[in-house]
Amino acid sequence: MKVKMLSRNPDNYVRETKLDLQRVPRNYDPTLHPFEVPREYVRALNATKLERVFTKPFLASLDGHRDGVNCLAKHPKNLATILSGACDGEVRIWNLTQRNCIRTIQAHEGFVRGICTRFCGTSFFTVGDDKTVKQWKMDGPGYGEEEEPLHTILGKTVYTGIDHHWKEAVFATCGQQVDIWDEQRTNPICSMTWGFDSISSVKFNPVETFLLGSCASDRNIVLYDMRTNTICWNPMEAFIFTAANEDYNLYTFDMRALDTPVMVHMDHVSAVLDVDYSPTGKEFVSASFDKSIRIFPVDKSRSREVYHTKRMQHVICVKWTSDSKYIMCGSDEMNIRLWKANASEKLGVLTSREKAAKDYNQKLKEKFQHYPHIKRIARHRHLPKSIYSQIQEQRIMKEARRRKEVNRIKHSKPGSVPIVSEKKKHIVAVVK
Amino acid sequence: MNVNRVAESLLALSQQEELVDLPKNCPLSENEDEGDSDGERKHQKLLEAISSLDGKNRRKLAERSEASLKVSEFNVSSEGSGEKLVLADLLEPVKTTTSLATVKKQLNRVKSKKVVELPLNKEKIEQIHREVAFGKTSQVLSKWDPIVLKNQQAEQLAFPLGKEQPAIAPIEHALSGWKARTPLEQEIFNLLHKNKQPVTDPLLTPMEKASLRAMSLEEAKMHRAELQRARALQSYYEAKARREKKIKSKKYHKVVKKGKARKASKELEQLQKVNPTVALEELEKFENARMMERMSLKHQNSGKWAKSKAIMAKYDLEARQAMQEQLAKNKELTQKLQVASETEEEEGGTEEVEELLVPHVVNEVQMNVDGPNPWMLRSCTSDTREAATQEDPEQLPEPATHEVSESEGERPVAEEEILLRDFEERRSLRKKSELNQDAEPAGIQETKDSSSQEVLSELRALSQKLKENHQSRKQKASSEGTVPQVQREEPAPEEEAPLLLQRPERVQTLEELEELGKEDCFQNKELPRPVLEGQQSERTPNNRPDAPKEKKEKEQLIDVQNLLTTQSPSVRSLAVPTTLEELEDEEERDQRQMIKEAFAGDDVIRNFLKEKREAVEASKPKDVDLTLPGWGEWGGVGLKPSTKKRRQFLKAPEGPPRKDKNLPNVIISEKRNIHAAAHQVQVLPYPFTHHRQFERTIQTPVGSTWNTQRAFQKLTTPKVITKPGHIIKPIKAEDVGYRSSSRSDLSVIQWNPKQITTRHSKELKKNSRLSSWKSDSQEF
Repeated sequence: MKVKMLSRNPDNYVRETKLDLQRVPRNYDPTLHPFEVPREYVRALNATKLERVFTKPFLASLDGHRDGVNCLAKHPKNLATILSGACDGEVRIWNLTQRNCIRTIQAHEGFVRGICTRFCGTSFFTVGDDKTVKQWKMDGPGYGEEEEPLHTILGKTVYTGIDHHWKEAVFATCGQQVDIWDEQRTNPICSMTWGFDSISSVKFNPVETFLLGSCASDRNIVLYDMRTNTICWNPMEAFIFTAANEDYNLYTFDMRALDTPVMVHMDHVSAVLDVDYSPTGKEFVSASFDKSIRIFPVDKSRSREVYHTKRMQHVICVKWTSDSKYIMCGSDEMNIRLWKANASEKLGVLTSREKAAKDYNQKLKEKFQHYPHIKRIARHRHLPKSIYSQIQEQRIMKEARRRKEVNRIKHSKPGSVPIVSEKKKHIVAVVK
Repeated sequence: MNVNRVAESLLALSQQEELVDLPKNCPLSENEDEGDSDGERKHQKLLEAISSLDGKNRRKLAERSEASLKVSEFNVSSEGSGEKLVLADLLEPVKTTTSLATVKKQLNRVKSKKVVELPLNKEKIEQIHREVAFGKTSQVLSKWDPIVLKNQQAEQLAFPLGKEQPAIAPIEHALSGWKARTPLEQEIFNLLHKNKQPVTDPLLTPMEKASLRAMSLEEAKMHRAELQRARALQSYYEAKARREKKIKSKKYHKVVKKGKARKASKELEQLQKVNPTVALEELEKFENARMMERMSLKHQNSGKWAKSKAIMAKYDLEARQAMQEQLAKNKELTQKLQVASETEEEEGGTEEVEELLVPHVVNEVQMNVDGPNPWMLRSCTSDTREAATQEDPEQLPEPATHEVSESEGERPVAEEEILLRDFEERRSLRKKSELNQDAEPAGIQETKDSSSQEVLSELRALSQKLKENHQSRKQKASSEGTVPQVQREEPAPEEEAPLLLQRPERVQTLEELEELGKEDCFQNKELPRPVLEGQQSERTPNNRPDAPKEKKEKEQLIDVQNLLTTQSPSVRSLAVPTTLEELEDEEERDQRQMIKEAFAGDDVIRNFLKEKREAVEASKPKDVDLTLPGWGEWGGVGLKPSTKKRRQFLKAPEGPPRKDKNLPNVIISEKRNIHAAAHQVQVLPYPFTHHRQFERTIQTPVGSTWNTQRAFQKLTTPKVITKPGHIIKPIKAEDVGYRSSSRSDLSVIQWNPKQITTRHSKELKKNSRLSSWKSDSQEF
């Protein structure tokens, strides 16, 4: 007679090594785990609160400049290297991991107006108020050598911006006109003008590299707004670019249909001075005269995050690092600041459990984002008093304007007052 | 453009004139005209000079070298003015003369040719240029649409997009520019060289090459196939054996064994026919096996199981049967084959050996268990060895035959036994079920009894309550008699008819209704605790404070109802039909009458009040009976927990007062929980179109508590994944399978000659419209 024994396969409960986690058999019967929605709701609430608790975006401040930082550039191959140009003509190269300056060059007399790196990362270009374009080697000079530019081009007018082609030995400068230069020549291979307004910024499209956008005129894109400070191309969507405007707003355009912006991003309370896309193309960061930087999702009109510190003055330039984890901003008071792109993110290597918990929390936050308590906590930001009061003021102004418009429509013949959408309101005209 | 048009029309006019004039001039004699021609020319020049003075019409007529052909409207000859000109005369020479054909052709050519247009101004050109370029670039860019859309809709995007190839150069490249310098390196290199380890591709030593060459490919393949087949077969058989081994059915195993035995015997027979020597060997093998079995104690009753069965055999029939079965088996196995027993002496010897092997203890035990067993009898007899040896010849055949017959009959017997046992089991089961059934009806009856008892007790309680109600009413009436201001129902309402007329009758009915309702609810409450209510509704401390409270409430309600009734005229009209309405108009009365007739059946206010009462009742917290019967005292059928205990465990938490307590004609639903509402979404969020969608997304849990690990991972994957420390480069046309648009594209347009006439621009426009740019771009 066979005696029947309860038997278990040891593979089911014995762990292979001591370091493994204990295997816990789970019963997924829903009756054993009731109240799933309330429990998940509480978890989501906790996740949101913890996110706010762990929000510590500010990482470092790089000080050393003796005047306001006017422009920033990233190294195309090395994540840890950035370049900055100041208002006194000084260019500094920084190491982000060590958080120190590794090289200082007195590049120009007067402002350094623009700085850009060559796509290969061996050299960089600067333009300044002294009407020169200079090319520098990325590596410092050897012992005993003098700090000298590789090339110097003396122009006739002041250059206000520079950008290098993403693939070829061509760069573009702007000022009174947009000039396209071959690196080997001292004269521009072509110059383009439209009207007589000076051009403040010029950018090559990173995807369709022959495209060039500037804030005044260029080969393909017609004029959109004279007061626009700068533009930035989406690195993942070839025809999308965002313009930072003096009227406190940012406009995302599809370059094929310039009569309506795809999205109007409004949250700043002063002129927006610079904008840079995340390399993923999902978000962009904007620097403003209101002493703050904001992060916008591409498809949202309101910002997701605002960064400010007490000491940070008007932010002139901003860059998103190529690994999409950090943001750098240069401001009036001579400092470059390093921020986390995701404010509550934990830096360093995560264990798999941490990663799973993070993903789960993220998902919960996303799932319950519409719930009032969670929304309130997630949206809560501390703002400096100046910005806060400005926002209130502008809200009142906007409301008054809206009310007036509504009243006008109400008290006039139906159809006589056209209703203009918010998007269209900002476009003056499209000039062919 | 206007200027151009005017010029064109002028030109056309002059040409027509020429046409008209030419045939006329032809027949003219040249000499006649010569004299005038000089003067004519001068006149012409003068005219031109004058006309050029005003500056508007500076266009000069094309110069003609031949004066005779000079055509002007002013030199129409007046010769032959007497004759009348006929149209036919004019047309005739045109038809006939051949020399004019060339002229005609020229004229036609002149006619067909237009004036060369003016080049456009610079801005216009630039604009056209820009427009065309813009259109073209837009078209080029729209190739990105599908990719952008795909990326936007993607569940997950992992950056960097392109797979980065690790920049590890093959070892050959690394080694090519390297030389051994240190002694250690040199030593290692020497070793490698000794082995003839090649440095460049393919990295095979001569040994390896030789081994590769040793076996041809086909051979190796065949060999491998064979091996594979063998392995597959082996695994198949293993699996089969395992499966069969797992089968628990004894019957099956028996059948299998039988089959095997039969097969073996058949084979043996065949072998005997074919090859007797081999058959003998086989037989010997069988014998050996049997001997081994006899030697071993496998089927003796010495095992743990057998011992336990032996203990149980006293009580359990099955155990006894199992024991017997085993014994039978033992007998069968240990029985000596008849074939082997040839001589009695030998047998006796073997018997001795066997008996030596068999332990006495076991047999004794068996004796205890089973009395009339021939095998045991034999073993008993074998105790006295000499006698046994002497008696053997007489004894042995008998038991042997007996045994044989038994062994023959045993299998069927065993089968029968099994069948019998099955049958018995079934019968016992049936019996049990019958018993159960018997028990069930009994239980039902009991329950029925209890329920009937309960009903009875309830009835009793009700009757008691009714009495009590009467009493309480009487009491109340007496109290009201002392305080006539309190408007209450009197036992004799007919006496106070004038008093009652002043206030509506509805109240009475309402009150009655309410009381009725209260009784109802009392009954409802009392159902779970009939004894308590039945015995002492007045004495209990719980109920005593209740009574005044009820009174108070009633008074309040009365006030409220008074308010209500005074406010609503319809009620008044219904209740006080005669006294007040005499003042009113007849029409109104008619109308009211009509309304009354129309709504004779349904009393709205009463319905409303009833509804409200129901709502109040529904919202009241229900009593929870937490008594544990039999806890701390005797419990069972027909026993009720003591009243003291009931009082302890009954809980009816009082909720907050209703908001519509003082609002008689309003029902405020208290279902909405304010505390919960703070946590609820008020407006449907954007991407959802129906609230059910949203609810469904919320209802599906994400966590690992409710999902398997795999599902959890899948549910919580982030939308965008980036690797720290990896540079994310902008999307490239090559990555997504497009041909990248070259820079020359830009240069061609950029360095076009800038002067473009309108015709060119029109062509360009047309091209852009026809989207023929693809071919152009291919050229680029």
